[in-house]
Amino acid sequence: MKLVTAVIKPYQLDAVKEALHALGVTGLTVSEVQGYGRQKGHTEVYRGAEYTVEFLPKIKVEVVTDEIDVEKIVDAVVTAAKTGKIGDGKVWVTSVDDVIRVRTGERGLDAL
Amino acid sequence: MEIDTGNTAWLLLSSALVLLMTPGLALFYGGLNRSKGVLNMMLMSFSAIGLISILWALYGFSLAFSANGSEGLNNIIGNFGYAGTSTSWVGEMWGETGIPTYVFMAFQMMFAIITVALISGAVSDRFKFGGWVLFALGWFTLVYVPVAHWVWGGGFIGAQIKALDFAGGTAVHINAGAAALALALILGKRIGWPRENMRPHNVPFVALGAGILWFGWFGFNAGSELTVDSTTAVAFVNTQLATAAAVVGWLVVEWIRDRKPTLVGGSSGAIAGLVAITPACGFIAPLPAVLLGLIAGVLCALAVGLKYRFGYDDSLDVVGVHFVGGWIGSLFIGLFATTQVNGAITDVLGASEGLFYGGGATQLGRQFVGSLVVTVYSFAIAAVLALILKAVKLGRVSEEAEVGGIDISDHGESGYDLTPAGGAGGGSAFAMAGIKPSASVDADGKADTSQKVAG
Repeated sequence: MKLVTAVIKPYQLDAVKEALHALGVTGLTVSEVQGYGRQKGHTEVYRGAEYTVEFLPKIKVEVVTDEIDVEKIVDAVVTAAKTGKIGDGKVWVTSVDDVIRVRTGERGLDAL
Repeated sequence: MEIDTGNTAWLLLSSALVLLMTPGLALFYGGLNRSKGVLNMMLMSFSAIGLISILWALYGFSLAFSANGSEGLNNIIGNFGYAGTSTSWVGEMWGETGIPTYVFMAFQMMFAIITVALISGAVSDRFKFGGWVLFALGWFTLVYVPVAHWVWGGGFIGAQIKALDFAGGTAVHINAGAAALALALILGKRIGWPRENMRPHNVPFVALGAGILWFGWFGFNAGSELTVDSTTAVAFVNTQLATAAAVVGWLVVEWIRDRKPTLVGGSSGAIAGLVAITPACGFIAPLPAVLLGLIAGVLCALAVGLKYRFGYDDSLDVVGVHFVGGWIGSLFIGLFATTQVNGAITDVLGASEGLFYGGGATQLGRQFVGSLVVTVYSFAIAAVLALILKAVKLGRVSEEAEVGGIDISDHGESGYDLTPAGGAGGGSAFAMAGIKPSASVDADGKADTSQKVAG
């Protein structure tokens, strides 16, 4: 099993969610996070005083999936989250040893 | 004298308008502040409403607006003849205005409240709340009350120097601004200033507060004529025109200097224009009022940068906006005051017309001296009060409290709870994506559906 983690622009969350839903993904975890990549934040000026806002608000989407579906899911996220402008985010894939459904105790793929 | 129902109705409304300015100021300052001190910032305004209203009724109004028997003493302070808002006022009118003394007392009360509240913008996030309350009490008694008497109550600035102040340029804005500078200097900088990010935490609050202030300011300025006549009308129009011009002036500065006009700038420009037109609104014509607003917008936008150059932490720019704006407006009277707008300038007040209306530099000099006297006096007394409070450990909060936030340390409450996990309130991005967090279950096993976010 694999964990697909995507850090995307907040406004792209709706599109990513729809794309994953269309693939039949049954569940996902979303969190609000802050960070920066090559974009390196931006500056704001208040009454002439300049402030650098280093950490930008982003959304982190996490999906645990069967290995067979990984490429499809990554493609769907990348396509949906892409605006073509700087700061669109990153997607990475990591291995997952086991998954347990809390309600029933099922393990592995059955728990997805 | 019989009651004049028209004048009385307008002044009652004006009094309510001026009161509304203080909650407006609370929003304006609260939005400019960081979120960890927003409640303390707003409470400094609300506590002024509570404290000053009572002190005004007990002795403030009497000492400011009663005439002392001896002329020499009356130049300095009134007496206790009106103390305690006696029931003997029922049926009594204030002078020749046809408005009940109660109404005039109430109108002036609102000025005292907001003047004290204005000072608080210089000391955000670090002044012990107990220290603030004692400072407000002391400064109101020792500075606001006598200065109001000097300027409006028959004291030496109005009667001897003959400096003019229609609605509070010297008595309110220069007065509060000078005190704010003294407090900021003696309390010292916020931890991390100016290195750390201290940007306004809620810009829409700032705009809303500025809008409420603008609305209330019509009562502040046009109400100050006390009666309803053509000067009231000019004061009203001048208030609008100067403020509009100052918004433009401030935005132009930002557009050129920072390449982007901002809402904080537009809101600040409005306040700068309102401050600057205040002393002059009943004495000058509308076109000079536009010029006054433009100059105030530009100069105040530049003046707020001075604190970085000189290194004093006037947190929310009370000096840059109120002190500087008040001075500009006060001096403008010396340039543009004309009997075409207000015959009382020469007839009743014994002052001169401005430089551009054939009055020479006389009135300009008087305006300068009057403003300077208030500046020096307010600064000195505020400094002494601040030093005393510092000596008895009622100055700054502890470093730990300041870093953690004065809202928690001094008030035990916080403005916002934005933790989605287990707390109230939800994340905006969730709402944006139309995700409805499912109902959570609290410790008692009771379903809590209060945090559902609408899609």
